[in-house]
Amino acid sequence: MPFLNKNTRHSITLFLDGRKVTGLAEPRLLLSDFLRQEQFINAVHVACEHGVCGACTVLLDGKAVRSCLIFAVQVAGRRIDTAAGLADENGELNDLQRAFRRHHALQCGYCTPGILMSVTDFLARNPQPTEGALREMLSGHLCRCTGYTGIVRAVLDVVAKRVSSRSSCT
Amino acid sequence: MKPKAFDYLRAESIDEALAALAEHGTRALLLAGGQSLVAMVNFRLLEPALLVDISSINSLRYIRMAGNSLEIGAATTQAELLAWPELESRQPLLAKALPFLGHMQTRNRGTVCGSIAHADPSSELPLCLATLGGEVILRSIRGERVLSAADFQTGMLATARHQDEMIAAVRLPVAQPTAGYHFDEMAIRRGDFAVASVAAVASGEAVRLGIGGVADRPMVYDWSELEENIIDPALNALAWDLHGQDDLHASARYRRELVRRLGRRAIKEARSCRS
Repeated sequence: MPFLNKNTRHSITLFLDGRKVTGLAEPRLLLSDFLRQEQFINAVHVACEHGVCGACTVLLDGKAVRSCLIFAVQVAGRRIDTAAGLADENGELNDLQRAFRRHHALQCGYCTPGILMSVTDFLARNPQPTEGALREMLSGHLCRCTGYTGIVRAVLDVVAKRVSSRSSCT
Repeated sequence: MKPKAFDYLRAESIDEALAALAEHGTRALLLAGGQSLVAMVNFRLLEPALLVDISSINSLRYIRMAGNSLEIGAATTQAELLAWPELESRQPLLAKALPFLGHMQTRNRGTVCGSIAHADPSSELPLCLATLGGEVILRSIRGERVLSAADFQTGMLATARHQDEMIAAVRLPVAQPTAGYHFDEMAIRRGDFAVASVAAVASGEAVRLGIGGVADRPMVYDWSELEENIIDPALNALAWDLHGQDDLHASARYRRELVRRLGRRAIKEARSCRS
């Protein structure tokens, strides 16, 4: 489907949180709106809608991106992961989510799903980041509640625990 | 904050994208990473009738050596360039500048050529391109032409690109082995557009300094020699010559002071990196 008419809703198939899904999108529909309104993924939060705040961050083929700066039609056939897919099928939170809870890394929670996805990408590429590198990465997200202290503490805790669990296995 | 309706073409080859640009003229816009374009479309500052998406054209996704330059194709992202293992040795100025460019989350998607095409006066890559004396390769169905950085960017968000042309690639000269490079900027928050930015190249006694964020485009100054006692007066003259203006983010006076201080620091750092 290389050419898509502006007035038509086009069928889009993608791999969303590990499932193959299909939805309809006219070309101007933002990925953030597609995920919320077509796929009912309310873990994708929408705030600034011009790429500044980071609330809508998702993983596109494993890389953290702003879903408000991508059109849904661009991700046909691609893999999208959202915070809704972090917990396991029983609803058990993953280690990062549990650390956020433990360290009070959220208050209102609006920025949280986006930050979780960025951290997921970041730790996959940098398993043992310095605090400075972590804070620099977090500058791509606006959090007005926490002052970032709890967020940094939670992520560094996850880093330490993942490192120690790896070393005990070897 | 929702875009006006537009037709969408996912171009599968360069020729298909160029044909669409030739046919639709000013009604069409190229979409690569979209990290500036989609924000402007969301705000309806731009209302294209057609978006031509070139981000999945694989022949535009490359980093390669072309003579003494790095050639970077139009679909290559900023994150891919930053993660390129040879970047630090081939061109340390880029390795130092790219971390200032937006955030990890926007670099994952934003392209090198897209940032240069957008031509924001405070953006890092146009400043690097101008300071290094790079080139922009423009293609259309009429053929190809190569413009120097100075000829390409003509003002704020303005370039010499014709409506039917796409930036196919940019060429950035690799580091001279004995020269030192430095990049620095001041932004209100990390990842924001720079209030002022500086790129310095020190080679022997010579210094080249590029300044972004102050004039309507990156400005480049050369000195064949710059002794310690004339650095401050030279930077002061340059700061006034840029004719920076007051805006929402900073006063003209503050920008002049940034040029003096960042300039001095960048020259010192670049000189210490000479070998």
